[in-house]
Amino acid sequence: MFGFYKTTVGKKIVVASTGVVLFLFVLGHMAGNLKAFMGFNAASGRYKLDEYGEFLRTMGHEVMGNYTALWIVRVVLLLCLLLHLITIVQLQYQKQRARPIGYAKREYDCATYAARSMFLGGLLLLIFIVYHLLHLTTGTLHFRGFEEGAVYSNVVTAFNQPLIVAGYLVAMLILSMHLFHGVWSMFQTLGLDTPQRNKLLRTIAAAASVIIGLGFASVPIAVASGFLNLGQG
Amino acid sequence: MKIKLHIWRQKNSSDKGGFVRYEMNDVSPDMSFLEMIDVLNEQLEAKGEEPVGFEHDCREGICGACSMVINGRAHGPQALTTACQLHMRKFKDGEDIWVEPWRARAFPVVKDLIVDRGAFDRIIQAGGYISVRSGSAPEANSILVPKPAADSAMDAASCIGCGACVAACPNGSAMLFTAAKVSHLALLPQGQPERMLRVQKMIEAMDREMFGPCTNYGECQEACPKGISISFISMLNRDYLKSSLVQIKKGAEKVQAQ
Amino acid sequence: MLQLDAKIPSGPVDKKWQKHKFEMKLVNPANKRKYSVIVVGTGLAGASAAASLGELGYRVKCFCFQDSPRRAHSIAAQGGINAAKNYQNDGDSIWRLFYDTVKGGDYRAREANVYRLAELSVNIIDQCAAQGVPFAREYSGHISNRSFGGTQVSRTFYARGQTGQQLLLGAYSALSRQIDDKTVEMYPNTELLDVVLVDGHCKGIVVRHLISGKLESFSADAVVLATGGYANVFYLSTNAKGCNVTATYRAYKKGAGFGNPCFTQIHPTSIPVSGDHQSKLTLMSEGLRNDGRIWVPRQKGDKRHPSQISEAERLYYLEERYPSFGNLVPRDVASRAAKERCDAGFGVGPGGYGVYLDFADAIKRLGRDVIDERYGNLFEMYERITGENPFDEPMRIYPAPHYTMGGLWVDYNLMSTIPGLFVIGEANFSDHGANRLGASALMQGLADGYFVLPYTIGDYLARVKPGAVKTDHAEFRGVENEVGARTNKLLAIKGKRTVDSFHRELGRVMWDKCGMGRNAAGLKEALQKIPTIREEFWQNVSVVGSGEDRNQCLEKAGRLADFLEFAELMCRDALMREESCGGHFREEHQTPEGEALRNDKDFSFTAVWEHKGPGREPELNREPLTFENVHLTQRSYK
Repeated sequence: MFGFYKTTVGKKIVVASTGVVLFLFVLGHMAGNLKAFMGFNAASGRYKLDEYGEFLRTMGHEVMGNYTALWIVRVVLLLCLLLHLITIVQLQYQKQRARPIGYAKREYDCATYAARSMFLGGLLLLIFIVYHLLHLTTGTLHFRGFEEGAVYSNVVTAFNQPLIVAGYLVAMLILSMHLFHGVWSMFQTLGLDTPQRNKLLRTIAAAASVIIGLGFASVPIAVASGFLNLGQG
Repeated sequence: MKIKLHIWRQKNSSDKGGFVRYEMNDVSPDMSFLEMIDVLNEQLEAKGEEPVGFEHDCREGICGACSMVINGRAHGPQALTTACQLHMRKFKDGEDIWVEPWRARAFPVVKDLIVDRGAFDRIIQAGGYISVRSGSAPEANSILVPKPAADSAMDAASCIGCGACVAACPNGSAMLFTAAKVSHLALLPQGQPERMLRVQKMIEAMDREMFGPCTNYGECQEACPKGISISFISMLNRDYLKSSLVQIKKGAEKVQAQ
Repeated sequence: MLQLDAKIPSGPVDKKWQKHKFEMKLVNPANKRKYSVIVVGTGLAGASAAASLGELGYRVKCFCFQDSPRRAHSIAAQGGINAAKNYQNDGDSIWRLFYDTVKGGDYRAREANVYRLAELSVNIIDQCAAQGVPFAREYSGHISNRSFGGTQVSRTFYARGQTGQQLLLGAYSALSRQIDDKTVEMYPNTELLDVVLVDGHCKGIVVRHLISGKLESFSADAVVLATGGYANVFYLSTNAKGCNVTATYRAYKKGAGFGNPCFTQIHPTSIPVSGDHQSKLTLMSEGLRNDGRIWVPRQKGDKRHPSQISEAERLYYLEERYPSFGNLVPRDVASRAAKERCDAGFGVGPGGYGVYLDFADAIKRLGRDVIDERYGNLFEMYERITGENPFDEPMRIYPAPHYTMGGLWVDYNLMSTIPGLFVIGEANFSDHGANRLGASALMQGLADGYFVLPYTIGDYLARVKPGAVKTDHAEFRGVENEVGARTNKLLAIKGKRTVDSFHRELGRVMWDKCGMGRNAAGLKEALQKIPTIREEFWQNVSVVGSGEDRNQCLEKAGRLADFLEFAELMCRDALMREESCGGHFREEHQTPEGEALRNDKDFSFTAVWEHKGPGREPELNREPLTFENVHLTQRSYK
C-alpha cells in the first residue's frame, strides 16, 4: 500500500482520486448555490436557500442527530483536501528536483497557462477557501450582520460590496482554470483516456470548468446587479 | 543564409558552462541542422578551437542519438522531425538560434550538447522485456495478435528513445518514454504473463532515476519525433493502478494463508 | 600463409548443421560461469549474441561506442527480414531461400553457411515474435509478408518501415534482461581500439572510454566482434556516421584474414547530394521503383524544370535497355545505369548527380490516394530533406554505398583465423557472397547471434582453460602503449586540415575508382593516391582538444586513420579480382550488353588477405568455393 504511494504515478493517482471527491463537492456546492435563484418559500416563510442550508445541517438526524452527517462530509473533504495538498507539494518538489537547470529559451506547444499554473492556482484557491469559510460559513470575516442559518441574507449582504464580488469572481476564474486542466488530468491519471475517448474527455473537462465557474459566479453577479435582493417576492 | 547561433558550451560535467555566440554567413537552406553544425565545427577545428560536441549517428531520424533543444523546442520547430532531419530552410535569414542540451537531472550534461541518457537503459533493464530464452520460442503464428492490437503496439514501439519527451516536459518527466515501452508489451498477448510486474518495476526504476512526475501537459507528445500519443500514459496509469490492486489483493491472500 | 580450414561438416548440405551441432563439444553448465566472453558491438548480431551467451551462463562483457546499445546502426534497416516460413503457401522453402541467396550473391558465398542461414531463418521469426516484435499482421492475427527486392515469393517479414529498429529493440530488450540479471556487463560509450593476442589466441581487447578518455584493457576467454560494415570508407554512405572499420581492421593487422574487402553493395535509391556540406546519404526504400519510372533528359546538360521537358525529350533508360524488367532490374544494374548517365553528363539536380524517379504516370493510373497510401511516409521524408513534393515534381535519386559483403574471414564456426576471435553479422564475410539480397542482412545478424555463435563458441571454449589470461599480462601493456602512442600522435600533429576534409577526399577517390564501376587503371591510380592522402593526414590533420575527455574529433580521426589504410586493401582486392560479380563490377569484364561477366574458372574463391607487417604488401590466400547443390548460371535481366 505504501509502496503504491511511494511512486510518482501512485502519488498522481492519489491526487486524481482526491480530486474526484473535491470536484464532486464543488459540483454539488455549485448546484446548491443555484437555490439562491429559487427565491422565497411563502409557505414556510423562508428562503429556499436557507431551507437547503437547514437540510444540510440536519441530514441524517433520524439516525445520528443534527450536524453529524455534515461533519462527516466535512471531515472527508478536509482529509481529501489535505491529501491532495500534501501529495501535490511532494510532487512539486520532485518536479523542481527533476530539472535543476532550466532552458534559456522555452516555447510551449500545448501546455496551457491553466496547466502550468496548477500549483500557484491551487495555493490561491487554498487561501480563498480559508477566507470563504471564515466569510460565509463561520461569518468571522463577514462584518455585515452575519446571522447563523440565514444563508440567503448573509450572501446578499456579503455581495453588496463590489470589492468582495470582484475577489470572488477572480477566485472563480482561478477555480475554473484549475478544473479545466485538473478534470482532464484526472481522467488521464486514472487511466480513462484512450485515443477514441480523448476528445470527449477533453470536452467534458472544458465544459465542467466553464459550467462550474459560471454557476458559482452567477450568484455574486446576480446580487451585485440587484437581480437577487432581500425582497421576498 | 546568415544566422546567429547561441550554443551551450560546457567542457565537461563539472564545468559550469554558458552560451557562446557564433555567426554563420554562408548557410545553405538545404543543409540539415546537424550539417550546419558540422560546417561550424570544421571552421572551429581549422582555427584550432574545440568543435561543438553533439550526439548524432544515423542522421535519418531513427537511432535517436541527436538531442538538442533548438529555440526552446526539443528537436526544433518542425513537428515529427528529429534535429538530424530538420533543415535550415525552416529558419529565417538572419535568425537568432538558441541551441541547448536536454535539461533534466536524470540526463546530466557530458559535454556541450551531449547528455548521458543511461537512465533510459536502466528503465528498460528493470523490466522492459519479455523473458524468452533464445531458441525456446513457439512457432510464430501460434500466437495470434489481432491487427488493431498489433498496430497499436507498433505505434508505441516506434519510440526511438531520444529523450525529447523528457526535454520538452516542464517537469522533466519520462512518462511518455516509459508508457510507450510498457504499452508496447502490454498490448501484445506475449507480454501478458509479466505485465503487472513489469509496470511496477519500470515505474520504480523511472522514479529512481529522479525523473519528474507527469502532470499531463502534453508537451511530450508534441515534441515526440514519432508522434507517440499520451494516451499511452493513460494506459500506463491504468496498468499501474490495476497492478497495485492485484498486489494488495495478493498480499491479503498471503496474510490469510498464514 | 594462412591456414584456411573452413571446417565445413561433411554430409549433405541440409544435414550439416544438425550433424555439427551434435559433434561440437559442450561446456558443462556448472563450468559456464567460469568462462568470460567479450562481445563488441550491439547491433542485431552483437546484442543477440551477448544476450544468448549471458543466458547460457557465460560471463559476458558487452561494448558499444554509442551511448546506448539500442542505437547501433541495425536500427536504420527499413525493409524487412527474410525467412523461409512459407506462410503464403507460394512455394517458398529453406531450399529456395538458400538457392536465391547463393545465386543473389553471384556464387561467391559458401554453400554450407548459406544453407544454415536459410534453415535458421524460421527460428528467428519465432524468437522475435515471442519477444514482442510488432510484426505487421493480417486481420486474422497472422503475421503478414511481402515480396521484397525482386524475389518471386513473399518471404519478407516487416514492421512498418522500421523492421531494423523493432528487431534491434527485441535483441536489446533480451540484452537488457541479461544486464539486469548481471550475466552481462554493459559498457556503452566505449570504443575498441585493438585486440590482444596471447600465444596466438585472442584473449582480450583494449578500449577507450569515450567520456573519460581513459584506456582500459579487458581480458576474456574469447572475443566476439559484431562491429558492422565499412561503407563509410566512401565518406558518403547510408551508414550511420559512427560506423567504422577499426575493430575488424585492427584484428586484420593482428593476423585475422580479411575476406573479399572489395565486395560492397550500392543501393540505387538514395536522395542525391545537395552540396559540399552533405554528411551522409539517406536511403529511400527500394519499393519506390515498383511504381516510379526512372528517366533523364535526352539532351545533355538540360537544366530545364522537369515539367517543361516533354515525353519525347525524356530517356527512360532502364525501360529502354531492359525491356522485360524495366525499372525493377536488380540494385547493382540500376545503380550502374544511373551512374553511367550522370557521368555522361545527363544527370539532373544540383551537381548533376541524380536521375528522376517519376510518379506522374502511377498517380494518373492509380490515383493520388493509392500512391499516398503506398508511399506517403517516404514522400514526406523526401520532402523534409529536399523541400520538394514528389506529388508535384519527380523525385531525384542517386545510388549510395549501403552494405559491405566483405569482412573478416570466418570458418563455419564463425571463428576468424585468430583462434578465439569470432566475427558475426556484417563484420564477417560469410553469407552474402558478392551481393546481398534485400532483407537478408537482418536475417544474418540474428542467425549468427541467437543461433550459431552460442553453439560454436562453446566448442572453442570447451577446449581452453577458463580465465587463463588476465589483464596484468604483458601483452596487454604492450597493446595499451601502442594504442596510447597512436592517440597521442594524432593529438600532437596539430596540422591545418580538418579530419572531415581528409575523409571527403578519401571518399571521392574510393567512389570514383572503387565504387560501382571499377577498372584496372582507376584502381591503380587509387592505390597511388591513397598513400599520399594518408601521408598528408599524418602530417597535417588538425585534431583539437585533449585525450582526457569526450573528444569527437579524436574519435573521427582514429577511425579515419584505419579507413585510410583499409581503403588500399579494398582497391587491391578489386584490382586482383579480374571478373565482375555481384556488387563488384570490373568494366573490363562485361557482356556485350553491359552485364557483369563472371569468371568461375579463375575466381571461384574467397580472397582472404593476410597482413604481413607495416610497409609490406598483404598476401592473398584463397579459399576455393565449390558448388555441389547450386547450378552456376549467368544472370540476365533482358
